[in-house]
Amino acid sequence: MPRMLLSGNEAIAWGFRDAGGHFAAAYPGTPSTEILEAIAPFPEVYAQWSPNEKAAFESAFGASLAGARVLVAMKHVGLNVAADPLFTSAYTGINGGMVIVSADDPSMHSSQNEQDNRNYAAFAKIPLLEPSDPQECYDFVGLGLEVSEKYDIPVLLRSETRLSHGKARVHTKEGRTEVPLREPDLRWDKYVMMPVNARPRRVDLAKRLSALAEFSESGGLNRLEFGDRKIGIITSGISYMYAKEVFPEASYLKLGMSYPFPEKLVRTFAEEILKAGGTIYIVEELDPFIEMKVKALGIPCRGKELIPEIGELSPEIIRRAIKGETYETKPVSGAPSRPPNLCPGCPHTSVFFQLNRLKANVFGDIGCYTLGALPPLSSIYTCICMGASVTNAFGFAKARGGDEAKRTVAVIGDSTFFHMGVPGLMEMVYNKGVNTLIVLDNRTTAMTGHQVHPGSGKTLKGEETVALLPEEIAKAMGVNHIQVIDPYDLRATREAIKGAMAHDGPSVLVTRRACVLLPEERKRWEALPKFVVVEDRCAGERCHLCLRLGCPAIFVFEGKARIDRTLCTSCSLCAQVCPKTYNAIFPENELSEVKDA
Amino acid sequence: MPETTNILISGVGGQGVVLASEIISAAAMEAGHDVKQSEVHGMAQRGGSVVSHVRFGPRVFSPLVEPGTGHLLLSFEKSETLRWTGLLNPAEGVIVMNTQEIIPVTVSQGLSDYPHDAVERLREAGFRTIAIDALSLAKEAGTERAVNVVLIGAGSPFLRLDQDLLRKVISERVPPKYRDLNMRAFDLGLEASGG
Repeated sequence: MPRMLLSGNEAIAWGFRDAGGHFAAAYPGTPSTEILEAIAPFPEVYAQWSPNEKAAFESAFGASLAGARVLVAMKHVGLNVAADPLFTSAYTGINGGMVIVSADDPSMHSSQNEQDNRNYAAFAKIPLLEPSDPQECYDFVGLGLEVSEKYDIPVLLRSETRLSHGKARVHTKEGRTEVPLREPDLRWDKYVMMPVNARPRRVDLAKRLSALAEFSESGGLNRLEFGDRKIGIITSGISYMYAKEVFPEASYLKLGMSYPFPEKLVRTFAEEILKAGGTIYIVEELDPFIEMKVKALGIPCRGKELIPEIGELSPEIIRRAIKGETYETKPVSGAPSRPPNLCPGCPHTSVFFQLNRLKANVFGDIGCYTLGALPPLSSIYTCICMGASVTNAFGFAKARGGDEAKRTVAVIGDSTFFHMGVPGLMEMVYNKGVNTLIVLDNRTTAMTGHQVHPGSGKTLKGEETVALLPEEIAKAMGVNHIQVIDPYDLRATREAIKGAMAHDGPSVLVTRRACVLLPEERKRWEALPKFVVVEDRCAGERCHLCLRLGCPAIFVFEGKARIDRTLCTSCSLCAQVCPKTYNAIFPENELSEVKDA
Repeated sequence: MPETTNILISGVGGQGVVLASEIISAAAMEAGHDVKQSEVHGMAQRGGSVVSHVRFGPRVFSPLVEPGTGHLLLSFEKSETLRWTGLLNPAEGVIVMNTQEIIPVTVSQGLSDYPHDAVERLREAGFRTIAIDALSLAKEAGTERAVNVVLIGAGSPFLRLDQDLLRKVISERVPPKYRDLNMRAFDLGLEASGG
């Protein structure tokens, strides 16, 4: 068997390809993004970035009705966006196998909440698979497709950050098993969910679930591992690995399929442990999803009273919680706090710099630009969910009215605009908003690692396609005040924001400049002369205006500003900010002239 | 049962920490070990602090190194070394670090101080600390971008992996025209750490 070092995300991609998968769709979101990136190069599988998770889910569902084996992937909060089709797809069932991957983010490494999406499986009434390592990610995708087809239901496969991004050895099959498309299924009584059909489908769902409950008991995904019976651990997902690290000799009930819940197996396990005088522990990350069900069976166990309900778990946390022990450590203090920040030359910098100075009420959105909330740019006051900037700003402006409404601005990235900003803009126009929408158009989905989107002119597979422009969408929606500017022009940025805020009606400003990390951009700026501070001209602490850009390349040395050559991307914003009276920042090739002057 | 080897690689987003971890993990796998590797992507990588965990041995369960059990901290940036010392085994843990300083915005904004004396602090605390100027060595090898290979070379005596295997994995992962440059970077790192 071939073996590879794969992340959980890559293993899901290989598992889908080798199990004869046909159609995969997603919207990028940490920690799920690499799944589709890893599927894209497989010629046997159609793969696409969708504008949002709901579109991805529904397209995959359509492909399933056409007889294809499908996969749709998203981060945990993405499933909120796709929740509408999710719930009803449990009723209708599917045709070709359908696996929904939810990559959760306990501890919120790159997310706005840490919702436990295992609850979605029970809520929507679909089977839940919980792999514990990349090998199981690989295996469970194929199994999931089979379960989906056999029980006529979509399957939720739940990963999380440490599993999605953790790498391990994976043994793969000897290649792809070709599975022909099934015959299309368009039975109206199965898929038209009007009451006359939905009611019988609800009853049918109950039947499918009880068959799945039997499978949960005997299908092999839930495993009894008896060792030392003094400690009996019921666990799932990555938590199983953490627990095994701390208690390699204990007894385990490892749940690979925790919904429908295998009640008989749990009773068998509990009897064995309790008979031997042992204690049952439930080790699970986030919510007491398993614990509640075990307790409902009347089985004495210890769970969230010991194991935290907040944040990701680790062997250390489990060791401390159950054994009351930790290893000795010798931390050395003094590391300065190093939060993430906008990159040197980030085209969003000037927009936030000016919004701060113009004292705008700024509503933010999801992307790198959320970092505009941090000092010194300190210019965003909200970040809730994809697309919320536009509608939050609209509502705020509507309620306040007057000048305050006009000073209200939404900032949204290009990819987020296409994802869910467009209906918000419709809200703003239709309901007569007077606020401003700024589309920070850096030509890519930057935060998740530069994926293409509907504005890119390229598909995930690298084919040419139409490139949508935010300003043209705004125009079609009837916005009169639309301006497109280059955010590397600091003055033009200020004037454009002031103009948009003054306008009596909805206004849209597109600040267009490609992300500095894109390969073609990198090539452009790497060829440019770096900027330097002429020390004797720098006013030092009396000024330090350039530091207010929050550029990571600018720091203070002996009171004066200095630019780190290895970080500078030659955007020139610092030179534009530097007051004319000091005029201390220049590209290094002009330096000799400056010094001669 | 021989114990699991616990390696930590730290630095600042964009420095190549993840690539270095992948090279070490791939070499460990080729050596026949079970391997687990973990780091965090996304927002944390935008110039923030990054740490990657690599664990290998006969059977590895958790991808995370427990505090107090790390064997080697390979650090790409001076101050970042301090942040992860709590993960090292206090008696046996070895530090191989780059003396390069990347000043965080919190320092340039005057909100915190940069620990220029980090190497001394680590030695005072009793850690065996090997500090090298990996950026200069990378330039000497031919490009600043080879910093991560210089550091792998410098850390190689403590990785419990065959050095030729590491060289082989690096060679396979770089374009043929940069192979010699990277081998030079590896050797310069190794030499600087006294290997």
